[in-house]
Amino acid sequence: MTSHHSIPGTVPFGPTEAMKGYALNRMCYSFNADECRKAFLADEEAYMAKYNLNDQQKAAVRARNVLQMIAVGGNAYYLAKLAGIFGLNMQDIGAQQTGKSVDEFKAYLQSFASKNEMVMKGGKNV
Amino acid sequence: MSKILGSVSTSHIPSIGKAIALKLQQDPYWKPFFDGFHKVHSWIAEQKPDVVVVVYNDHGLNFFLDKMPTFAIGAAESYATADEGWGIATIAPVAGDPKLSWAIIEGVVEDEFDVVTCQEMLIDHAVTIPLQLLWPDQLPPPVKIVPVCINTVQHPLPTAKRCLDFGKAIGRAIHAYGSNQKVMVLSTGGLSHQLDGERAGFINADFDAECLHALINTPEDLTKYSIHQLVELSGTQGLEVLNWIVGRGILGAKAEEKHRNYHIPISNTASAIQILQAV
Repeated sequence: MTSHHSIPGTVPFGPTEAMKGYALNRMCYSFNADECRKAFLADEEAYMAKYNLNDQQKAAVRARNVLQMIAVGGNAYYLAKLAGIFGLNMQDIGAQQTGKSVDEFKAYLQSFASKNEMVMKGGKNV
Repeated sequence: MSKILGSVSTSHIPSIGKAIALKLQQDPYWKPFFDGFHKVHSWIAEQKPDVVVVVYNDHGLNFFLDKMPTFAIGAAESYATADEGWGIATIAPVAGDPKLSWAIIEGVVEDEFDVVTCQEMLIDHAVTIPLQLLWPDQLPPPVKIVPVCINTVQHPLPTAKRCLDFGKAIGRAIHAYGSNQKVMVLSTGGLSHQLDGERAGFINADFDAECLHALINTPEDLTKYSIHQLVELSGTQGLEVLNWIVGRGILGAKAEEKHRNYHIPISNTASAIQILQAV
């Protein structure tokens, strides 16, 4: 496993996370199926136990806390399916992880729009 | 000999699927994005592709982390869609071109790219949303597809150089294939965005501009970046630019940029569209 300087606020999903988060991601993968989403909503604890989540993973899911889920090996592409169950969109998720309100997070995204024209016109390197 | 026309590259953000379903194309938030497709529609009408090689990454529909291929190529008669868990409408199955798929598979394996072959393969929003954007009034689209799936989900990922070389190998296989079909490339994903972590919301327009420029005729310039550097510069999901690099490799040495659209933000992403004509 190659080591790199860390990128602040970023956990690339590599071998360590793949092993650590397998049960959690496997549960999230099951949520492609409507009957699995319903079974989770009907009895969350039983569903997490069925997928062998460890105590930290269960706590992260109970807390609906995305940063905690990442810390226990969650992969963004799979966690998105869990977020969908709770009706959360990517701005809700972004706001939660960055400690901003949803409006503040949207304003943050919007702040990059000043660059649109530069990129349309070919960028500074052209 | 098959002819490679060129490529359309576009973002594949799930919320676009919802905007299409709700007919929000003229909504002020969405209009700058959807308007970028008028030129794409006229280019496709002019070029009349028969088959589309779609380069994308699966988001946990066809592949799970139990078995994660670095490169996988579909070789099915048709490709079904399915529930992805967050409410995007599925579309009717899309026709495949198994003969071209196998010709590509044989060509790239001969070229030492040992791909996974899939005679059954579900396609997710990374394929279906771009198809809906390109053929909004014609579903299923009036083309056959060959899905080429790149692992951008679980590291280690293929390097940018490997992706470019893989694209070149696909291009050689298409050229060698003995049919008169007109082949278009559709690369999906990106550009810069990051959904996860305290750095969520990260966007890097300067790097996107560099990528869009390099993709025209100097894609080798992007191969100097390691995957770790690409995460830093384009975000954890901005890495989907690897799909664009594979797609660019398919076109061959020279290309001409026919159209570009770039709009921040769509959802949490710097959305982009680029048409490259193979020359």
